Amino acid sequence: MAGSFAGWLAELIQRRDLLYMMTWREIRVKYKQSVMGFLWAILMPIVIVSAGLMLRFAYTSLSGTALKRDDLVMVTVKAVPWAFFVSSVRFASNSLIQNTNLVTKIYMPREIFPIASVLSQLMDFAIASVVVLVVLVVVRVPVNLGQLWIPPLLLALVLLTGALGIFLSAAALFFRDVKYLVEVVLTFAIFFTPVFYEVSLFGRWSNILLLNPIAPLLEGLGAAATGRPMPGLGWVGYSAVVAVGGLLASLAFFKKVEPYFAESA
Amino acid sequence: MTDVALEMHQVYKKFKRGEIYDSLRDLIPAATRRILRRAPSAELEAREFWAVKDVSFQVRRGEAFGVIGSNGAGKSTMLKLLSGIMKPTKGRLAVHGRLSALIEVGAGFHMDLTGRENVFLNGTIMGMTRREIASRFDQIVAFSGLEEFIDTPVKRYSSGMFARLGFSVAAHVDPDILIVDEVLSVGDFVFQQRCMERMNAVIRGGATVIFVSHNLHAVAELCDRVLLMERGEAISVGTAEEVIRTYLSRMEARRVIDQSTGVYVTHIDVGDDSGPRAHYTAGERVRVDVHVTSRGSYDRLAVVLGLKDSSMYNIFNVSSESLTGTSFSMAPNQAVTCTFELALHLAPGRYQFCTWVYRYDSETLYDHWESASTVFVSHETDVRGVANLYPAVRIGPMRAAPPLTAEMPEKVLPAATASGTNKPPDTTRHRAGG
Repeated sequence: MAGSFAGWLAELIQRRDLLYMMTWREIRVKYKQSVMGFLWAILMPIVIVSAGLMLRFAYTSLSGTALKRDDLVMVTVKAVPWAFFVSSVRFASNSLIQNTNLVTKIYMPREIFPIASVLSQLMDFAIASVVVLVVLVVVRVPVNLGQLWIPPLLLALVLLTGALGIFLSAAALFFRDVKYLVEVVLTFAIFFTPVFYEVSLFGRWSNILLLNPIAPLLEGLGAAATGRPMPGLGWVGYSAVVAVGGLLASLAFFKKVEPYFAESA
Repeated sequence: MTDVALEMHQVYKKFKRGEIYDSLRDLIPAATRRILRRAPSAELEAREFWAVKDVSFQVRRGEAFGVIGSNGAGKSTMLKLLSGIMKPTKGRLAVHGRLSALIEVGAGFHMDLTGRENVFLNGTIMGMTRREIASRFDQIVAFSGLEEFIDTPVKRYSSGMFARLGFSVAAHVDPDILIVDEVLSVGDFVFQQRCMERMNAVIRGGATVIFVSHNLHAVAELCDRVLLMERGEAISVGTAEEVIRTYLSRMEARRVIDQSTGVYVTHIDVGDDSGPRAHYTAGERVRVDVHVTSRGSYDRLAVVLGLKDSSMYNIFNVSSESLTGTSFSMAPNQAVTCTFELALHLAPGRYQFCTWVYRYDSETLYDHWESASTVFVSHETDVRGVANLYPAVRIGPMRAAPPLTAEMPEKVLPAATASGTNKPPDTTRHRAGG
């Protein structure tokens, strides 16, 4: 198992130019014919953050308190990574289907397709993050040590996204309705994930929400950005284990079924 | 480093025919049924078939190895196994060296990107690094002849330009083993010649080439050894000439058509008003009846009639659509006869009619019969080649030649450099042999 993983990594490193070009293609094609160009990268985050702020405004007016700066910060630092997660999973799960002609005609490490999809979304995420950073500076979010948690939390999120994307890309190739299932789940997942709210809202039921491996990561991001205590290192560790373990399991599955791609596509 | 570039040892590949569960919606009830009814495995066995069955061969380093066979013989499946796109069900295969497969040129092209961008994209797909592509970029573009259009999105390219750029990239990958599947059928004559030259250069450069084609002429010209496949099995391996002869005789003897579905040619009659005939004098008119049967509904059909010379080089073809200006449709269980009339203005020799049922707008080939019928043409004059121009010659009286000048030798020898790729002497050699 360890040997085959090393072999896999060696092949991926050997074909890194292909991974680069595939990622570049996704980005290039997306921006080439759009008038808005790179504004696309921040459109989705703007929409999702506005939606979050509207909900926050609704809670605060119900409870009779004012909308605080922390609410804005929380929503922003959770919603933008969530937008990355959703679009990556969506693109990655369609990546093999959309490249059927390559999958059936030419040999290459096929995990390059879902990985390139995630990387191209990561590009959008990077642009959006710059905007988020500007917003955080403008609203004068105090700098604190807890913010050092942000990079490892984001890394775990990217790994988790990759794990899901790789698994779903293969599943969608074998079963055509996986695509629709993914759409439905992604559309409503925002209600089951603490993006616009905090799990603490659910009191003693909050642990159930934290079972969703993205939840501790988003909660962690929100807490780190605003300087509140982390949601519990156990939960963050749980997410990290799911992310790394999931990625390995997903890759193992992918490589196991890869020889059948050309027959099913 | 062994002397063997590529090896297959008792390789089998199983495929399932018919319904496969490709959605969860179908899979879940089917799986439940199977658990409840104790797995009807015999039913599954019946749907399976061997696309490649017990194939063994070796290709030596630097060899040009051809693979021929009718459609569905398992050639493409075998190439997919060799290139690693599929894994064999059982058996062993070994590939020693960097392998590049030209299975479909331009498969990695993206329509919205320019030619230049696609060269880099396709090059990395084919296994080159960006640095390698950059260093060969000018060569690749020059080979394709598309210098002026290299910054145009490929969606504006014609299909020929598209294929040329695709082949140019693939031809510059510089692999140890190059697999070529039917790419020479693209592009115009000049480009095809250039492709053949390039492949010859690759072979001379010491690479191993696996060449799969329906163009027996090209196979004979390029390959040292040839493998004949039929229904997944390796029928024979040997010199090109030997195996091509085996192939032709087997094709005339038996033709495999799936009569339960599709639209296909049942038989063809070649003759004149007095009945079927195989021997003709040059210039005689011949009537060819192509009988087509359909087991489903098909629209916009055309029957194509072609003629090949004895080395299976396509010398003529015509379609019912271009002659009548219209296509035809068929309903299930209908039959139709398409009658062509031709004048056999041919040099003496053996010729073969071939026929296809084709749909032009979707480029779908429904049936294709490579050697439907053989005709022999004779003529009182010994004309070589394929066309009969009914020559006459008159030799005038002898007279004194003008005195020798300095320019004369150059005028006499202009064709010397081109003689290597000249077609007519080659055809004549085949004709003389057959």
